Amino acid sequence: MPERKEEVTPEIFDHLVELAALALNEKEADYLRGELNKQLSAVHELEAIELEGNIPPASHGVPYPPERKPDLRGDVWVPSHQAADITAQAPEFDGGYLIVPETPHTTLE
Amino acid sequence: MQLCDLSAVKLSRMLRAGEVSALEITESCLNRIGAVDGIPGRLDYVESEQDNTRVHAFITVTPDSAREQAREIDRKLAAGEDAGPLAGIPFSVKDVFCVENTPSTAASRILANFSSPYTAAPVQRMLDAGAVMVGKVNLDEFTFGSSNESSAFQPSPRNPWNTERVPGGSSGGSAASVAAGEALLSLGTDTAGSIRQPAAFCGVVGMKPTYGRVSRYGLIAFGSSLDCPGPVARSAADAALMMSTIAGEDSKDATTARVPVPDYSQSLDRDLRGMRIGLSPAFLQITYPDPDSGDYSQQPVPEEMQRAVMEAAAIYRALGAEIIEDVPMPNTKYGIPAYFVISRVEAASNLHRFDGVKYGYRTKNPVRDLKELYQRSRGDGFGLQPKLRILMGMYVSAAQYSEQYYQRALRVRTLIRRDYEEAFDPNGKFRLDALLTPTTPTTAFPVKDVFGDSVMMQYADQLTVTANHAGTPGISFPFGFDQAGLPIGVQLLGPDFSEDILLQLTHAYEQATVDAEWRKRRPALLEEV
Repeated sequence: MPERKEEVTPEIFDHLVELAALALNEKEADYLRGELNKQLSAVHELEAIELEGNIPPASHGVPYPPERKPDLRGDVWVPSHQAADITAQAPEFDGGYLIVPETPHTTLE
Repeated sequence: MQLCDLSAVKLSRMLRAGEVSALEITESCLNRIGAVDGIPGRLDYVESEQDNTRVHAFITVTPDSAREQAREIDRKLAAGEDAGPLAGIPFSVKDVFCVENTPSTAASRILANFSSPYTAAPVQRMLDAGAVMVGKVNLDEFTFGSSNESSAFQPSPRNPWNTERVPGGSSGGSAASVAAGEALLSLGTDTAGSIRQPAAFCGVVGMKPTYGRVSRYGLIAFGSSLDCPGPVARSAADAALMMSTIAGEDSKDATTARVPVPDYSQSLDRDLRGMRIGLSPAFLQITYPDPDSGDYSQQPVPEEMQRAVMEAAAIYRALGAEIIEDVPMPNTKYGIPAYFVISRVEAASNLHRFDGVKYGYRTKNPVRDLKELYQRSRGDGFGLQPKLRILMGMYVSAAQYSEQYYQRALRVRTLIRRDYEEAFDPNGKFRLDALLTPTTPTTAFPVKDVFGDSVMMQYADQLTVTANHAGTPGISFPFGFDQAGLPIGVQLLGPDFSEDILLQLTHAYEQATVDAEWRKRRPALLEEV
């Protein structure tokens, strides 16, 4: 059986992992890259479909004419009595601040 | 037969007649959980042989608040107050819905310590209607799977009909809890078949409503254009009771639709004469990839599945419906490839919010800076399936590949939607009220058989996923058992907002087969209790 060309090379994979902000061990990385390439093989079926120029993309299936849209909530400030419950969920919180380590500084080119 | 084995409709009637109390019903479910569920899912699980014979549907059981709710229902009924249409009916909630002051984990380590400050809209509607929440049930991590094995909370749920088999997924805990009598109803979600497939595997009824029919407010999102909350129940009548409660527009979810909600219970007994039910060859074959070459081949669905569909069609014909054969649905085979792209892009976007800063898991390891905090928290907190979906979603939506993958998949979605529009067009060639198909290509598969192969696992959803692309409703209901004694599910698909018709057709089938020998079977596990 001829081996399929790997679409996601180790270099592309490392770039994706960096963008996704995921620390991976080697075993995980091997599995994930293998599965990514397998899934992309499955996706290649899409390329064989003839799509005429007038087929628009569908961001969702069911049409939303204006009369079907619910009234939106008023854009008004409502006091919350749960602020303490919500901030209590933070891994580190002090004096009204979410505490995080140093933010790295990068220079935009 | 105990209280928890009766139907929600019957228990409602008994409760109102004063023949039983809400507390007795709740205790019956809690006793059943105690008898068959075994240990709840947990992060630090050590595998043990004895756990292989239990259901393990739950992550969190909430007996105290359940008893409190039940007592309040009994008080209201005694005082002659309105206790709500679902008064005293115990239900379980897939642990991907936020429930105030209750762990809401999405079956992920990254949310294991998260306690929600608010309650999801459909759960709130159930509670407001008097239903009693007995706990939160397990699922595939962030709903990413079709077997529940990817949950970070182990042991993962088992199929009550055979605990060596998976319950399906991702609403596996929902289906297992309802099948085992641990709850009368369950609130699940369906993004590619995640209500219908486990319902089929566990021999219960599961409905994916029309997109926009039920609010997603408070649902931890996976694929925002595909996710649909819906009911899991043991009969169409019970599902109808629940649908009437959870459906309807919600100002907190702008994708809900302003379409009147009928009383689904009232239309169950309508006459079937003149209704048009379609059969499509596209749903009687499966396309699957060769694990070695990646090449695709097609083969018919197993004969038992085909026979179930044909027998169901014969029953509908006998009830006066017209059966329309050879409805094309030619784009069905593209459902999974398009789903691989669209759902992953949406998943990656939704999962970016989990970063170890505002809530949820933060790495215990020392880190240099904020970037490493993100990487390690997400690296430790997410299991393999979320990681895979994030990476896939980022790849196929990247600027240089988006035209080839994401934009193309969205256009294929238009083609899939057109298949449905053509089949259900009231002035078209087929003019269907519903399409009848198998729910799944196979019955419940053995634990560990497919897990790890993300492509084959996804193909478990190929007969259900196109309804998610199209946004249209679908229902799976039990149709007897296969040779191995596992439940077979049959599916009905309908046009937008046709939940009443799908429930009616399911109910009609149930009534026509009420005396069938297979309906007397119970999971062996329940014979012990």
